[in-house]
Amino acid sequence: MVAQEVEKEPEETVEIKTDFGPPHYEIMLHPIIKKNYGKWKYHEVVRPGVIKRVAESGDVLYVVRFGSPRLLSVYTVRDICDIADKYSDGYLRFTSRHNVEFFLTDPDKIEPLIQEVQEKLGFPCGGTWDATKGEYGLSNIVHTQGWVHCHTPATDASGIVKSVMDELYDYFTDHKLPALCRISLACCANMCGAVHASDISMVGVHRKIPKIDDDAVRRTCEIPSTVAACPTGALKPDMKRKTVILDKDKCMYCGNCYTMCPGMPIFDPENDGVAVLVAGKISDARYPPQLSKVVVPWLPNNPPRWPEVVQTVKKILETWATHAEKYERIAEWIHRIGWERFFELTGLEFTEKLIDDYKRTPYIYASYRTSAAFRW
Amino acid sequence: MTDVELPETPLLDELEKGPWPSFVKEIKRAAIEQEKAMKAGKKIKLPGAAKGLLKVLELAYKEKRTHWKHGGIVAVVGYGGGVIGRYCDLEDKVPEVWHFHTMRINMPSGWFYQTKALRAICDAWEKWGSGLTNFHGSTGDIILLGTRTEYLQPMANALAYLDKLYGSPAPFDIGGSGSDLRTPSACMGPALCEFACYDTLKACYEFTMRYQNELHRPMWPYKFKIKCSGCPNDCVAAKARSDFAIIGTWKDEIQIDQEAVKEYAKVIDIEKQVVKKCPTGAISWDGKELKIDNRECIRCMHCINVMPKALKPGKERGATILIGGKAPFVDGAIIGWVAIPFIPENELIEKCCEVLEAIWEWWDEEGKFRERVGELIWRKGMDEFLKVINQKADVRMVYAPRNNPFIFWRELNQ
Ligand code: HEM
Ligand code: HEM
Ligand code: HEM
Ligand code: HEM
Ligand code: SF4
Ligand code: SF4
Ligand code: SF4
Ligand code: SF4
Repeated sequence: MVAQEVEKEPEETVEIKTDFGPPHYEIMLHPIIKKNYGKWKYHEVVRPGVIKRVAESGDVLYVVRFGSPRLLSVYTVRDICDIADKYSDGYLRFTSRHNVEFFLTDPDKIEPLIQEVQEKLGFPCGGTWDATKGEYGLSNIVHTQGWVHCHTPATDASGIVKSVMDELYDYFTDHKLPALCRISLACCANMCGAVHASDISMVGVHRKIPKIDDDAVRRTCEIPSTVAACPTGALKPDMKRKTVILDKDKCMYCGNCYTMCPGMPIFDPENDGVAVLVAGKISDARYPPQLSKVVVPWLPNNPPRWPEVVQTVKKILETWATHAEKYERIAEWIHRIGWERFFELTGLEFTEKLIDDYKRTPYIYASYRTSAAFRW
Repeated sequence: MTDVELPETPLLDELEKGPWPSFVKEIKRAAIEQEKAMKAGKKIKLPGAAKGLLKVLELAYKEKRTHWKHGGIVAVVGYGGGVIGRYCDLEDKVPEVWHFHTMRINMPSGWFYQTKALRAICDAWEKWGSGLTNFHGSTGDIILLGTRTEYLQPMANALAYLDKLYGSPAPFDIGGSGSDLRTPSACMGPALCEFACYDTLKACYEFTMRYQNELHRPMWPYKFKIKCSGCPNDCVAAKARSDFAIIGTWKDEIQIDQEAVKEYAKVIDIEKQVVKKCPTGAISWDGKELKIDNRECIRCMHCINVMPKALKPGKERGATILIGGKAPFVDGAIIGWVAIPFIPENELIEKCCEVLEAIWEWWDEEGKFRERVGELIWRKGMDEFLKVINQKADVRMVYAPRNNPFIFWRELNQ
């Protein structure tokens, strides 16, 4: 043990190097991709998960996509590399939604690849769509750290994602949806997963103010920086008692103070939970980008499988899928049928909690209806 | 199956069931294989980390709360960002993960890899860390999940010499975090997609290289993100997720291959799926010829998406810059809005750099602590922002003109 400590590793003796930047992308490109860079002609969907890309030169590349759990051990990454070496000439790509893609030139290798990935990794082939036919698959869920690694989560991330994707598995491996549907999850209102413009999103929400433990604050916190961390000005220093005072009417339960000061924990097992939002969109296709809207203010944390959240997401997805026209994303579908019908069809309850009153946002009144033109 | 003993995790075990790949299996796999590798004589600096994580996570599931806390600043020499300090509040019970810091690694543009590079990262992280990763974090970096303070620098060095020490085709550098330029990201663009209206991978790489200082040394009011999408489909969600979104587009006519349209007509209902779905009614189809009124077309991509073999963006290509996109924290979510309607492709990178530098100077001067650039523009007004970026007002910047006459005529009231 001691001998090991003395013997320096090469990493401990090299000269420190900074600001050299990421590898140049060109060295990471499959030869066919490099050769046809910027000269792709069109693409066709062969089957869910497999897209055929044809270049002006006539070269053809089959891009085969698989869903991953995002959290990967280096041992699984090595297995992915073995498969890429065998089928994909040692090249691969990850997508922005945590899928893995391999590049094949021989269509006869597609099925063996899918089989081998399923056997060795258990990753499903899918996550694509066919815009020509207007048939869509569900892609992976963008998500964050949750209880695996973050200090402010109001819920877990990976566990809910796993539970939802187990339930919606067939939508990933097949093209059964009428339009694109992007699902995202962020485990607190910081929304590292940027879920604010997704077709369906789940967001961890705290509902109670931090519990100030004056003793712990005195021991572990720097008062000025804790006060400064509060975005809403809800905290004031109490110089005499060397702690902080919280104005509960101003607090938005964001947990920023807890980041600075371990003496005022925000988590609360019974009151933390998950809000569900819908009808966000980012692409310009047909209908302009939209922010997501809250349709369920809170569901309980019910680990390990969050049945309430899973069933709500499934209900929204399937109601939309049965009623929407081709190409109509959730935002467009609701735009056509009206919010009255959305709540009616999904069976979700519209309550006063869903009327915007977060006054820091300048545009809240834009969501108030100004006409008497209703659907009944 | 193994001689490695794992802690009891009845709740997490539930998440090994079901068809979707399981993150719990991944954590268990790291726990088992890292220990085996160590027993087989490999150098492993942080044994038991994944096992420790299993214990902490099982407890989180049982108690419905996190057991992580934010710690003091941790960093590697020369950098202010890229490492996120993370400590467990069960120090005495699970010392293996008392320190469990994250390292963010700048991925290559478009997330393309050679296996040699990935294997090298795996070998280094098996030795110096928990063996757990995220491919990728939501900003786009490779996330290395969990190591101790004293291993941060050796791991950063391993990455900096990944070519020499581990056989990678190139070394890897640390990404952004804190109040700095976050790691820029790009859609796959011209590497694989025929819709790309500019070279997203090149643009992303150029910005990353030019702004290494801004990326590695937090010195701004808050974070700043740049994302590059090759067309208005915006596959990296730049409009919603970046302060500075570069969205490829074109100005002239959509290119049409009438023969290919006829081929599509055999398999799809062009009237219903394309003509009727065009938001501006710009398309007509008489069964023989597809006509697009390019004065009416708003370049939304729908028709091109449906018939990629027949339709293509025009030839006069470039990009639109949207500014201010961000998650809701704290003044509400913003989807980026138009700052520059069109920059021709050949001027794009230089013009973006010019504008970025002007924005950063202004924001650095005027921005409050934790105020994103979009919020600063709300506070100061578009009027002032347009002066900063030296841009004239254009009707394409708004859905409609303002609905009040309460205009600040500052020039008359000096
Ligand atoms: C050649 C390749 C690709 C094509 C042709 C393509 C096409 C499209 C289209 C047509 C849309 C808009 C759909 C609509 O609103 O109806 C879209 C959106 C999107 N694509 Fe892609 N895509 C490609 C590659 C990718 C890849 C590799 C990813 C990453 C996994 C991706 C992620 C997304 C996302 C996240 C959106 C949703 C943006 C939103 O919320 O509106 N795309 N893409
Ligand atoms: C491409 C974009 C859009 C198209 C093609 C479109 C088309 C239409 C059409 C055809 C109607 C009449 C529906 C009816 O009365 O049956 C309508 C109504 C309406 N649109 Fe849009 N629209 C678009 C975008 C928007 C956006 C972005 C908003 C607001 C954010 C909006 C707000 C409304 C409202 C409030 C109505 C009245 C809905 C009602 O009567 O229930 N539209 N739109
Ligand atoms: C094809 C569609 C429409 C037609 C044919 C139509 C026709 C008319 C006519 C003939 C009037 C009476 C004008 C007058 O006072 O002499 C009127 C008034 C009005 N229309 Fe429309 N309209 C249409 C759509 C709309 C829409 C979509 C809106 C609102 C979103 C709208 C808002 C109004 C308002 C507010 C008035 C009353 C103005 C006032 O009396 O102060 N109209 N419309
Ligand atoms: C006020 C807002 C935010 C705060 C205070 C915040 C804080 C944090 C913290 C503490 C972590 C560490 C989690 C861990 O690894 O233990 C984290 C991770 C991360 N955050 Fe944020 N975040 C904010 C907003 C965002 C937004 C809007 C995005 C992206 C659009 C983002 C992207 C990320 C990414 C990529 C990670 C790495 C881990 C992951 O992907 O889950 N953050 N953030
Ligand atoms: S969304 Fe919140 S809880 Fe989740 S990783 Fe980001 S900061 Fe942490
Ligand atoms: S939770 Fe957020 S709003 Fe509430 S006191 Fe803490 S920092 Fe302020
Ligand atoms: S944003 Fe456009 S160019 Fe980029 S991958 Fe998506 S469809 Fe292709
Ligand atoms: S790009 Fe959109 S607006 Fe333009 S013609 Fe096609 S469908 Fe219509």
